[in-house]
Amino acid sequence: MTKYYTEDHEWIAVTGNVATLGITDYAQAQLGDVVFVEVPSIGRKVKKGEETAVVESVKAASEVYSPVTGTVVAANEPLADSPITVNEDPEGAAWFCKIEMTDPSELEVLMDEAAYKAFVAGL
Amino acid sequence: MTTSVHADHDPHSGVPLEPLKTPLYDAHVALGARMVPFAGYLMPVQYEGILAEHAHCRAAAGLFDVSHMGQATLSGPDHATVARALEALVPADILGLEPGRQRYSQLLNERGGILDDLMVHRAPGADGTLGLVVNAACKVADYAHIAARLPDDVLLEIHEERALLALQGPEAVDVLTSLGADVAGWDFMDVGPASIAGIPVFLSRSGYTGEDGFEISVSADTVAGLWTVLMRDSRVRPIGLGARDSLRLEGGLCLYGHDIDETTTPVEAGLLWSIQKRRREEGGFPGADVIRTQIAGGVVRKRVGIRPDGRAPARDGTEIVDDNGVAIGHVTSGGFGPTVGGPVAMGYVAAVQSRPGTRVGLMVRGKALPAEIVSLPFVPARFRRAPK
Repeated sequence: MTKYYTEDHEWIAVTGNVATLGITDYAQAQLGDVVFVEVPSIGRKVKKGEETAVVESVKAASEVYSPVTGTVVAANEPLADSPITVNEDPEGAAWFCKIEMTDPSELEVLMDEAAYKAFVAGL
Repeated sequence: MTTSVHADHDPHSGVPLEPLKTPLYDAHVALGARMVPFAGYLMPVQYEGILAEHAHCRAAAGLFDVSHMGQATLSGPDHATVARALEALVPADILGLEPGRQRYSQLLNERGGILDDLMVHRAPGADGTLGLVVNAACKVADYAHIAARLPDDVLLEIHEERALLALQGPEAVDVLTSLGADVAGWDFMDVGPASIAGIPVFLSRSGYTGEDGFEISVSADTVAGLWTVLMRDSRVRPIGLGARDSLRLEGGLCLYGHDIDETTTPVEAGLLWSIQKRRREEGGFPGADVIRTQIAGGVVRKRVGIRPDGRAPARDGTEIVDDNGVAIGHVTSGGFGPTVGGPVAMGYVAAVQSRPGTRVGLMVRGKALPAEIVSLPFVPARFRRAPK
C-alpha cells in the first residue's frame, strides 16, 4: 500500500488498482467536531477533482474531492451514523470510499507523506 | 458628546482594517483557543471543541468574552428626555423602562428595516442615563447614527474602556453568588451594580444562549483578573463563538446580518413582542407606518424555525422550496444543534407557508432535502422569571 496526499488535505491509500479515500488529521482538526458525513454510492463514476464525499462540522461544510478518476467500489456507510469517527480516526476507520482507478498516472502529481508534512508545516 | 469613528476602520462597514484584540486575547491563546477574525476582532471560535462547550453551557456555566460588543450610555437631564430621544430611533417603550430593568430593541431605518439590534438598560436609581449594548460589527455605524439624531441635551458616551463577559448556564447564578454577588433574587432582564470577588461590575441577568445567565460589564483594566477568578470555579469553562452560535440558534435568537438586517422588519422577524403596546399605538419611531401596516394587515414573509428530517445541515443562504419545488424563501442561520442532536435552521418563508407542520424542501447540493416548519425555539428558554 502506498499513501498519497493532496493540497486539499485528502489522503488516498493505494493497493493495486484500488484507492481508499479520506481526509487527513490536519483537515479534521481544522474542521472541528464533525456532525455529518455523506459518502458516495457504490457504482458511481467519479472524475479527478470531483466532489465525492461531504463532511460537515458544527461550523462548516466541506467537500471531499477525489484525486483520481474511477468507479466507487466500496463506501463506508456506517460513517453516516458515527460522524465523530472522522475526528477520532481520520486516517484509519474514517475512510469514505474505495475507488477503482482508471488512470493510475494521476497519482504522479500527488504528495507523499514527507512532502505533505512539509506542506502542512508551511501553512 | 463623545463619538469616535476611528481612521483605522473601514469607513463603509465600520470594520477595523487590522483585527483588534480584546483585553483577554492572551488568556484565550493561553487556553489553546483557536482565534479567528470576527467583526474586526481576533476572537476565540473554540477552546476544547464546539460540541463539548455547547453541552457544558447547557449543563453548568459557560464563560464568554464578548468584549468586542459595543457599550455606550446616553445621558441627559432626566429619564423622560433621554428615553424620548432613544424612542425616536427604536420601537420599544423606553419611557416605561423601570430603574433596574433592561429591554431588547432594534435601531430602525425609515422603512422599518433593522440597522442593528441592541439591549437598553436603565440602571437602578438612574434618572437621565440609559445603557446600550450593540453588536460589534455595527457599533461604529450605530454610534454615528445615534449621535447624529440626538437632541442637544442628550449625550452619547462610548465606553471603550469597558470589557464585557457573559456567564451563561444553570450554574451561573450560583457561581456569582458564591463569589459575593447578591443576584439570586434577580429576575430575567434585571440590571445593576454588583461586586464579584471584590471586583466592581455591572450585571444584567440576560444573555444569548437561551439559558439563565448574566452579562458582566467590567473595566477593561480589571477584566483579566475577573476572568481568572471565574475560571478558577470548577463549574465554569470558557466558550467560544462557535458554541455561542449553536446555543443562540437552538434558542431561536436572531443573529444580526443573518436573521435580521436592513431589509427585515421586527414584525417579519417575529420580534413584535419587543414593541410594547404604547409604541404600537403611538408610533413615532422610524418606519412606524410600515410596521403598523404590517401589524394590522399581516406580513408577506415571516421568520420561522426549520427542522430537516435527515442529518444534513442546511446553511445560511439555502433556498427553501414548497411541495412543488417553487422557491418560498431562504435559510438565514443553519447548522447542527448539539442539544437537539440534529440539524436546525431559521429562515424566512412566505407567510402563507409559515405555519408549524408545513412541509418544505431545503436545496442542499442540488437536492431538495425534506424538512418541516417548526415553532421556535428549538430548545426551551430557561430564563429566570419570578412567579407573578
